[in-house]
Amino acid sequence: MSTGSIQARAEGWLGNNDVRLLVALALAIGGLYALFSVVLGFQLNGTVNTLRRVAFLSAIYAMLALALNLQWGYAGLFNLGAAGFMAIGVYTMGILTAPVTASPPGFGLPLPVAIVGAILMTGVIGGLAALPAIRLRADYLAIVTVAFSEIVRLTLRAPEFANTRIAGVAFGTGGATGLSLPSNPIRILFYTDPAATAPAPNALGAAIFSAVEPLGIEQTLVIGWAYVVVLCLCLGLLYWLMIRIGKSPFGRVLKSIREDQQVTQALGKDTRLFKIKTFALGCALMGLIAILWRLSGGYASPRMFKPIQTFYIFIALFIGGTGSPTGSIVGGALFASLLFEGPSFIRRVVAEYLQLSNAPDTLVGALAQLGTLDVTPLLAYSVQDVSISALRLMLLGIVLVYLMQRHPDGLLGHRKAIASSVDLSQQATQEDDNE
Amino acid sequence: MSKNVQSARSDQTQKGQQEQILKVENLRKTFGGITAVADVSFHVQKGSITGLIGPNGAGKSTTFDLITGVQRPDGGEVEFNDTEITGYRSDQVANQGLVRTFQIARELSEMTVLENLMLAPQNQAGEAVWRAVLPRARTRVVEQEKELREQAWEMLELFEIEHVAHESAGNLSGGQRKLLEMARVLMTDPEMVLLDEPLAGVNPTLEEKLIDRLHTLKEQGYTFLFVEHDMDVIMNNCDTVIVMHQGSVLTEGQPDAVKNNDKVLDAYLGEEVKI
Repeated sequence: MSTGSIQARAEGWLGNNDVRLLVALALAIGGLYALFSVVLGFQLNGTVNTLRRVAFLSAIYAMLALALNLQWGYAGLFNLGAAGFMAIGVYTMGILTAPVTASPPGFGLPLPVAIVGAILMTGVIGGLAALPAIRLRADYLAIVTVAFSEIVRLTLRAPEFANTRIAGVAFGTGGATGLSLPSNPIRILFYTDPAATAPAPNALGAAIFSAVEPLGIEQTLVIGWAYVVVLCLCLGLLYWLMIRIGKSPFGRVLKSIREDQQVTQALGKDTRLFKIKTFALGCALMGLIAILWRLSGGYASPRMFKPIQTFYIFIALFIGGTGSPTGSIVGGALFASLLFEGPSFIRRVVAEYLQLSNAPDTLVGALAQLGTLDVTPLLAYSVQDVSISALRLMLLGIVLVYLMQRHPDGLLGHRKAIASSVDLSQQATQEDDNE
Repeated sequence: MSKNVQSARSDQTQKGQQEQILKVENLRKTFGGITAVADVSFHVQKGSITGLIGPNGAGKSTTFDLITGVQRPDGGEVEFNDTEITGYRSDQVANQGLVRTFQIARELSEMTVLENLMLAPQNQAGEAVWRAVLPRARTRVVEQEKELREQAWEMLELFEIEHVAHESAGNLSGGQRKLLEMARVLMTDPEMVLLDEPLAGVNPTLEEKLIDRLHTLKEQGYTFLFVEHDMDVIMNNCDTVIVMHQGSVLTEGQPDAVKNNDKVLDAYLGEEVKI
């Protein structure tokens, strides 16, 4: 009940102002990680870098959750192949931009052309992948798409396609070793020749670098933050797009397909077309977001696109609540900051203050000490570097079980946005609103 | 909506009552070993209220499903307004101006009553995703949405459910759901409506109101074919009654003639009937 009153008070203060809610959330997460950094004794550079990493992952997962929300939240299309479509986006871009002389060779196209090509490719393949399953129930679409994403990943990893020649055109995926991607395009803002190994800063770069250098902040961090700003702009654009779609007649049809496809059809809507369009659009967006993600690292590998990636996005969406764009952002940010990044920070804090040097090698060793009511070995075992991904999965499981029991709608899933481009409470056409 | 109604009305006055809007010929459907619809043929006159009756399991709902494309017939033909629509998908059938309601009211429960109504109209500009989103193209969408909003409110008033306009459809009472479903099919601007037990679970006062609406709409040129179990309702309100039994049409005619038909009585009393 105390949680209830806190929730009520928080909701009263934040009202229904979604922007205020998102800003408050960003500040809270930022504050938490600033605190972590202080506790761990980071320098300014380390603190700013921690914040950058959390902001980066939060923005990426928020965008991915938004794209998945279009398919699952709006139209009820259960796409378990998100990772596969992300891989298609990234690899298409990578192959299109790779120089003809490189190994594996590519097509040597400029980055913007390659990104457009990759979006189209992901959209078309998404539409085709939806075709056989579009007349079936949601569970069949899930089976088809999860199998599809594994086929994509295994194909990209297969040595046969690592460096191949089809119809006289040489290209390759790089197989299990992966594929080099172009360097982060944001560097153009700061360097005269961003492709060089030790590039000279341009006027803007020189001014900013010299300003932050006395604070001990490195150039790569400035570039990293600039990229995060770009990602946040993209996130804002996507958020706006999703709200527009949700409030349009198109979104209304999607909503009714999710409710009852047969009724929607009986009202004269060609539900197959709506489903294929929505699926293709969502997949194209996932491809684009994955490109934005991987461009910052300059490298793609099939390991990045395992099915667990898809489940991460679903968990983010479930936390925030399906059907609500604001919820998708909240879920994406909370997932990335607390569940994905959180465990390793907790480990470091625990390790810093509890002197857990002698961790047992096996779980049996850790549990054996419990007989004497000594929990330290178990704690030490759990927070070892190698156990972190397991700890993360356990945490995800607990959160999911809690959510399913207590908040099946997610945090903001109870919010019902009205699917209309005009305010429906007005009966006649007077001066307008909602534009 | 009003434009089609006008044209339907003028057609009716020019050609009299004789025009057949729906022709069903030798319709068949089997599920495994069961023949749900054996050999159904009937015609529905434009601008009429036609009743479709028969004991449980006579094949009435399956016939509806076959006409409206929810299921594909194994044989036979359906013609609507002189267009053959056999085997059309249900959205194509609806786009021809022939829409249906379902036996158990299937409101879109998470959507509000108004959203339910706004969904129904055909060919909305904003159903194309680019028009729904791009700033300039969207002005047309907003214009149309305003028109639809006005129509939707008029429809709510006609069915006297404007007080629940913003309620989730799932929260409505059984009777209100029936009203909503009827209002929603009318929003598609149909020429003919198939109503599958529109009065089931509706209280007598509301029932009277609904029947009143049917007659008003009939005057405006709409055609209705409806399944109903209440014989009084059928006999007092229908122009023609079609009786189905064991997947076939037993008889068809004026209510009085049907009422006194021995075969009909036998069918309802569970006797063997030779068709």
